[in-house]
Amino acid sequence: MTTSVSPLSRLGHNLRQTLGNILIPILAILTSLVVVAGVIALSGANPLEGFMGLWDGAFGDGDAVANTIIKTTPYIFAGLALTIAFRGGMFNIGVEGQFFVGSIIATLIGYALRLPPVIHLIVAILGGAIGGGLWGAIPGWLKARTGANEVITTIMTNYIILRIINWLISPNGGPMRNPARPLPQTPEVYPTAYLPWIDFSKINFPWVNLSWLASATGSLHWGSILALIMAVIVFVLLWRTILGFEIRTVGISPTAARYAGVNVERTMVTTMALSGAMAGIGGAVQVLALTHYFSTGFNVGYGFDSIAVAMLGGLHPAGVVLAAVLFGAMDAGATIMQMRTGVPIDIVTIIQGLVLMFVAADLIVRQIYRIRVKPADGTTPVSATVQTAGESG
Amino acid sequence: MMDEKFFIGLLALAFVKATPITLGALTGIYSERSGIINIGIEGTMLVAAFTSFIVSVVSQNLWVGLLGGMLAGGLVSLLLAVLSIRYKVNQIIAGMVINLLAIGVTNYATRVYIDTSGIAGIGVLPKWRIPLLMDIPILGPILFQHQPLVYFMFGLVVLTHYVMFYTPWGLRTRAVGEHPRAADTVGIPVNPMRYASTVIGGLIAGMAGSFLVVEAVGSFQKMMTTGRGFIALAVMIFGRWNPFGALVAALLFGFAEALGVRLQLGDINNIQALVYLTGLGMLLGGTIQMITDFVKKKETRSKIIAGMVAITGLIAAILGQTLTFPPTVIPFQFLGILPYVLTILVLTGMVRGAAAPAAEGVVYEKQ
Amino acid sequence: MAEQQLALRVEDVTKRFPGVLANNDINFDLEKGEIHALLGENGAGKTTLMNIIYGLYKPDDGKITINGEEVVLHDPNDAIRRGIGMVHQHFMLVPVMTVTENVMLGNEKTTTNFLHMLAPLDRKRIAREITQLADQHNLKVDPSAYVRDLPVGTQQRVEIIKALHRGAEILILDEPTAVLTPQEADELFDIMRSLTQKGKSIIFITHKLKEVLAIADRITVLRGGQVVGSAIPSETSEHELASMMVGRDVLLEVEKSEAMPGDVVLDVTDLIAEDDLGHQVVRGVSFEVRAGEILGVAGVQGNGQREMVEALTGLRRAVGGHITLLGENITRSQPRHITDIGSAHVPEDRHKHGLVLPFTVADNLVLNAYHVEPFSKQFFVNRAAIDANADRLVQEFDVRTPSIETPASSLSGGNQQKTIVARELSHATVKLLIVNQPTRGLDVGSIEFIHKRIVQARDNGVAVLLISAELDEIMGLADRIAVMYSGRIVATVPAEGADRNRLGLLMAGAEVSSEINTLM
Repeated sequence: MTTSVSPLSRLGHNLRQTLGNILIPILAILTSLVVVAGVIALSGANPLEGFMGLWDGAFGDGDAVANTIIKTTPYIFAGLALTIAFRGGMFNIGVEGQFFVGSIIATLIGYALRLPPVIHLIVAILGGAIGGGLWGAIPGWLKARTGANEVITTIMTNYIILRIINWLISPNGGPMRNPARPLPQTPEVYPTAYLPWIDFSKINFPWVNLSWLASATGSLHWGSILALIMAVIVFVLLWRTILGFEIRTVGISPTAARYAGVNVERTMVTTMALSGAMAGIGGAVQVLALTHYFSTGFNVGYGFDSIAVAMLGGLHPAGVVLAAVLFGAMDAGATIMQMRTGVPIDIVTIIQGLVLMFVAADLIVRQIYRIRVKPADGTTPVSATVQTAGESG
Repeated sequence: MMDEKFFIGLLALAFVKATPITLGALTGIYSERSGIINIGIEGTMLVAAFTSFIVSVVSQNLWVGLLGGMLAGGLVSLLLAVLSIRYKVNQIIAGMVINLLAIGVTNYATRVYIDTSGIAGIGVLPKWRIPLLMDIPILGPILFQHQPLVYFMFGLVVLTHYVMFYTPWGLRTRAVGEHPRAADTVGIPVNPMRYASTVIGGLIAGMAGSFLVVEAVGSFQKMMTTGRGFIALAVMIFGRWNPFGALVAALLFGFAEALGVRLQLGDINNIQALVYLTGLGMLLGGTIQMITDFVKKKETRSKIIAGMVAITGLIAAILGQTLTFPPTVIPFQFLGILPYVLTILVLTGMVRGAAAPAAEGVVYEKQ
Repeated sequence: MAEQQLALRVEDVTKRFPGVLANNDINFDLEKGEIHALLGENGAGKTTLMNIIYGLYKPDDGKITINGEEVVLHDPNDAIRRGIGMVHQHFMLVPVMTVTENVMLGNEKTTTNFLHMLAPLDRKRIAREITQLADQHNLKVDPSAYVRDLPVGTQQRVEIIKALHRGAEILILDEPTAVLTPQEADELFDIMRSLTQKGKSIIFITHKLKEVLAIADRITVLRGGQVVGSAIPSETSEHELASMMVGRDVLLEVEKSEAMPGDVVLDVTDLIAEDDLGHQVVRGVSFEVRAGEILGVAGVQGNGQREMVEALTGLRRAVGGHITLLGENITRSQPRHITDIGSAHVPEDRHKHGLVLPFTVADNLVLNAYHVEPFSKQFFVNRAAIDANADRLVQEFDVRTPSIETPASSLSGGNQQKTIVARELSHATVKLLIVNQPTRGLDVGSIEFIHKRIVQARDNGVAVLLISAELDEIMGLADRIAVMYSGRIVATVPAEGADRNRLGLLMAGAEVSSEINTLM
């Protein structure tokens, strides 16, 4: 009964699968919100008001939407970084640190070098990518060479880089401190390295005319566009290139990869370097587009929260972008929510944790909503390994 | 400059600093020996620290606070076990869920319940000075003038060693972590053993978290665990999933941390002290490792490495004692890096996958 | 026969798994002191039935009677309590524990009060009891040895002791000879006979016809989850049992023509390789394989075959010696290079090496060639070419799959193996085919298909190196037979007229100098 399926039924199959892939994350988000409503109620506030505030702050008007997009951007970069790493079987918990390295290197290039516009910007972003990539490659190399567990080493590199940066920008003699200010922060980058805001009135190609968005000029920066381009690049990388095939093979079965002729050790290092570079670009963009200098306390938590983004997005670039929008919206809306109802913005971290939990434990969601479709086993490197009692011979 | 008093103080502090790390490593040993990877120790400790603070303030009793913290730790670990076993979540992800939720919940609750009310802690547990033993020269002040949880930690190390290697409970726990199907075929309930072991570990993580509040600081601060739960994992690996091994490794970390603390005080020549004390530490650690290697008939490579560490340490110690370095101030942020760098070095120095329970991270299910 | 004489009786047992009727209305009984063989192919339902008797699975229907008493077995504890012991095909021993610890596990016999789980273990007493049992049943074993250090034959004895120590009266042996040499198997049969003389009853599960005829008192044959017949050894033949087992007449021998050996393709001299623990397990192996011939390497598992194959394919670094493939020295080459020269490899472990299980059949079919044209150009892969290749190979090699987009994990073992064989044989420049345990765990149909393909490759001028633990497979397929024992090739003989007994002795290390025997 050898069957080759027609393209049409393949499409149908894919559609059904896609629907299934989307259903669980949406239900996971809903469930998380219900649980969080309970938590908010417990603290004496009105959950409905809280969520309304969250919504208004995220999508209430043009400014809110722009804010959401800006907040979404770093989640996309970090989520993509984790997608590459997880697909390659590397539990890169160090995206947080690689993000910082990207920021600090881009800042350094931004204020220490004098280069013409555009070139300065490109060099700064590339510097961030290379810095993040190298910082990520270290745990990858250690794993490839010595087998050191990357979960723990990447967590350690996070703490290490945090302390190094604290020293670099320390007002007491830190080499990157801003001498003009008694605060732990760097000098400002030159405007030549700024990542500019999008001027919609000037985008007027024959095939796209965005002049109707002219009023939005100055509310969005090019980093968001770069993030979307990166999402496409990551998709192509993972599913349309030889390297991507090798990364995914190593991620699922290093032994089969070796058998197939893949240089497993090199691929591990490459995976971590690419992942770190993606995080580094994200860090660079945050500094070059928004703050223009680096200080501690900026951009904390993207690395960890994006584990949830990547999982929620099903380790697929398109899914990651959608998941990042959700997280960006929550970040954007949280301030309004806090102002209106007094619910602390930390509630967002709880939502994010719960979303990760319900997405990872999709069986819970399936049970609550009585979904019958059987989940596919072990399709990604972050699926659980299951051994059954009757598995033998 | 580097007198006896300083040295004794340093070692005593090393034991204090090693306490939460050792306890965290014991948590890891209980859950991983049974086959459940526990990346969530950090979060478990954080929740326990918060709970022990709230409970101790409400009850006005630090011991009740400790109990509350332990129970919280047990509950958080139960969540880890449910996610890992019942819902078959990848155990690394399950651990990260615990960590993320722990940060979210404690930060949120701190804002809602602590920051606004401005409640203050009720101090820390007093030291138990052990009569007679505390008067032994040198050893007395290093070992027998501590707060209670330091002694509890020693007790738990001994107890865990006994339970794991000399009782049916331990034999079964290890079998479940090594070869669950073999355990199943002789009628050992695999998953219940895993639940039990993970929750027992959680209670101990609860003690580790509570330690930070009821013994070390006296109040709760956001993110106060600062990676100790993760370092505990490295310590557990370094100690080859054995309680005493973990204790020795934790002491190394405790020593490094204590050194950082003392050097930050800036009362001694930084570099000289660093060289001297690191040398002493290496000498001590290398020698102990070499002796255990010989006793346990380990492979030659391990003995040689230990010997080289010891000799390097000896040379460093002599140099540190005899030479006078120009007084330099090492940025204190760098000293804080020491335990983290040490963790990485430890992990890279380990033989691949040595001694890890074979069925770690693998869900077992009957049909 | 009288009901009291029955140790065990299974009536009308049915067990369903999702999509499979594993046991269908099975009736089976076991007399006291008898050896009752349960014969059937892989997937016939033998293991399921035994897991039901051992309490691991609950039957959907039917009843079980032990010593005349109807029982419901909730878990293995119930079965053990009623005197059932099982020696599993894959040993249920914890490698990092001692023999004593393995035997006492779950049966520690400390005190009986509620704190017994935390009472000290009495290792000495258990060790004494092990020694007693060992003496009684002629099962030599050192109680303080770690299981991971024991040879498989000894591990099997530990399993038997483990069952006896729990008071087993009925022993289930699941494919016990799969890992043994013919001589070791004979030793096991002696042990089995002496056990039945002391009143124990044995269920002997196997798919090997010769063994059944040699040892069993009665034979029951299973096929497709049903009992299809029973027999007494003196009144039946291999051929009759085989057709009962498979449901049609089977070719016990592979049809093939005379080999026409050509030039040397693979030349191996003094190859030395180490296992993962650094022990030298390939200790100076030399042989050559010519185009158009099959060299079969016979030998019991664990005599260095795996490491040898890994060294030949670049997966393991050779410590010494030379490997020459088509005139090129590949001793230090990477797997990719060796593949590109023209070596194909059907690996021993299809799940670990041969397939990326969650990947689609199409992707798995290019696992060795995704990096070359037409499947990729520059940096990019060509999906269309990959899919076209899959459509063609699925057809040609009769891989039964719902679609080429199906993950390899959802195929049956036979179709997974066909996928691998298809991929390896379709590689553009195959000059050497290394096949390691190509038919382990497969159904007869798949075995026949794969055997045919191997012979066909030979006839097309491919040099074939076949490694198998099944002596029958080697004798059926190979043109020349090399016997591997303890890391060395101890003899190479023409397959024509090779003597089964002598090969068995060679596999067991007989006729080998005592110096080599020290490893045993």
